[in-house]
Amino acid sequence: MSAPSLTKSKDKATRDSFGEAIRDLASEFPKIVVLDADLSVSTKSVLFAKAFPDRFFQMGIAESNMVGTAAGLSFTGLIPFCCSFGAFVAGRYETIRVSVGYSKANVKIVGTHSGLGIGDDGYTQMGLEDINVMRGLPGMIVLNPSDDATTKAAVRFATTHVGPVYLRLTRQKLPSLHQTSDFKCGRGIVLQEGKEIALIGTGSTVNECLKASKILGNVNPWIVDIHTIKPIDRALIKTLARSCKLIVTTEDHNVVGGLGTAVSEVLAEEGWNGKLVRLGVQDTYGESGDPEALYDKYGFSAQKIAEKVMSVSVSL
Amino acid sequence: MRSRAAITLTMLDSKLPQRLPHEKLKEIATRCRVDILEMLEKAGSGHPGGSLSAIDIIVTLFFHEMRSNPSEPMWEDRDRFILSKGHGVPALYAVLAEREIIPKSELSTLRRINSRIQGHPDRVLLPIVEASTGSLGQGISIAQGIALGLKLQKKDSKVFCLMGDGETQEGQVWETALSAPKYKLNNLIVFIDHNNGQIDGHVDEVMDLRPLADKWSAFKWAVQEINGHDFSQIIGALEKARQETERPSLIVAKTVKGKGVSFMENSISWHGVAPNKEQLEQALLDLSGGYKS
Repeated sequence: MSAPSLTKSKDKATRDSFGEAIRDLASEFPKIVVLDADLSVSTKSVLFAKAFPDRFFQMGIAESNMVGTAAGLSFTGLIPFCCSFGAFVAGRYETIRVSVGYSKANVKIVGTHSGLGIGDDGYTQMGLEDINVMRGLPGMIVLNPSDDATTKAAVRFATTHVGPVYLRLTRQKLPSLHQTSDFKCGRGIVLQEGKEIALIGTGSTVNECLKASKILGNVNPWIVDIHTIKPIDRALIKTLARSCKLIVTTEDHNVVGGLGTAVSEVLAEEGWNGKLVRLGVQDTYGESGDPEALYDKYGFSAQKIAEKVMSVSVSL
Repeated sequence: MRSRAAITLTMLDSKLPQRLPHEKLKEIATRCRVDILEMLEKAGSGHPGGSLSAIDIIVTLFFHEMRSNPSEPMWEDRDRFILSKGHGVPALYAVLAEREIIPKSELSTLRRINSRIQGHPDRVLLPIVEASTGSLGQGISIAQGIALGLKLQKKDSKVFCLMGDGETQEGQVWETALSAPKYKLNNLIVFIDHNNGQIDGHVDEVMDLRPLADKWSAFKWAVQEINGHDFSQIIGALEKARQETERPSLIVAKTVKGKGVSFMENSISWHGVAPNKEQLEQALLDLSGGYKS
């Protein structure tokens, strides 16, 4: 078994898709403003900053103040996007909890550099618990798109949706998987219909699921992209539950509180009696390394996903 | 000198700054002190000390300084007031009732289930409080964001914010201290209610802030130090703040925790405890008898 490459010349990091999208939406939506905390070159908000300097606010290395200021900006009718690495911005949880969540502020929080996928910089720079904490806030929409088209659609959605949104993005390039029109908030995307087995990915792991399916040959699993972690697509998960004995969730995030948890909640409430496997970071911290090697070591590379499906499905 | 007709017009337009004279402000503040104590006694919990230290400043803002509109509270061109020290909110509710923005009868619902007047301000339930505060250190960032958003949209409304002195121990406060001068927010005027008391003791002992005014000066704010119970000093400071062309203003208002009630004044133990019926009666006697602190 070997992993066929699905990478193409159109591969793009979702942070780049975000930077382009926010710049391109700025004329259509004059109320968009963008804040960054000294990472605009990395989050790609710099594309907006260069094109619309009067609507860009450099807040320095001070994320709490950035989030609070964004809340205040939103109270004057503006649509602020505040950007940093997911680890840093979600780490300012108490400010997000009160100034944004409880306040129903129309603030869009953009967290790039999600997961082990950033590679060499190591754990302190990796957003590995951000989905968990953001998911815990009532009214917070949590988006984790898997490619260029759905990221751009997600940015447009965040702009027009009134209320707080967390948008989680990658540093590493991802292949093009979807059309822009495929994205609907709260509705997962079925990339492949199958039977008995489902592979659910989010963000960077959707492509791993596709590659795993190729490795698995004629197993023919469902392949599903859950780009909206909250609100989770209950209807789609129920459909998978009716069809499957084995559901595997995959995420570049701690399995505690992430996609796997969100899916397990639905399955348990629906009384499903199949087997759920949650692949992702197994309640540990991350480390430096080559992203592909890290995905392998932590058990959610395409190869590892395929191996897990093989080993679990024989005992079903 | 303004003509009599002009003065009459000003008085008729309830949206303009009320510019009430000192004696009127003092009367209103005394009534608000009564309301604060009565609502806390009824609620059985809450924060009298910091409500009573802040009340004279908030009364001056709503009855002398700010544009506000009781018939349309969320009027777009209103000046904004953000109570960053959210635990002092009985003072704000009392003033909103006096200004006829909320009905006085509603004060008795403080801290009760299904009430708009929560134990700490909730902007979703009661939008005129502008910001949901109580987790200290956040209100000033929000006030800054509002000031920035108003400027960006060429609005001339001003943003007033009131922090506790202990609150400025929060790191987020100093992040805003750095950023507001960068963005030249002369429409942002922040008070520190400097009563030198916090839950665990005197501010000087819990975490010394001195020299407080010098710190804000070093962060490039237009700093003033006043007596926060002297209406002419509060008004004078606001007049000076209005003349700033670039710098945000920071007014250190020296206050007395529990001001106006003999047994509460400068007593840390009255930070977060409501008076019982007997204590309320004694307090009301102090207020009606013009107790001199």
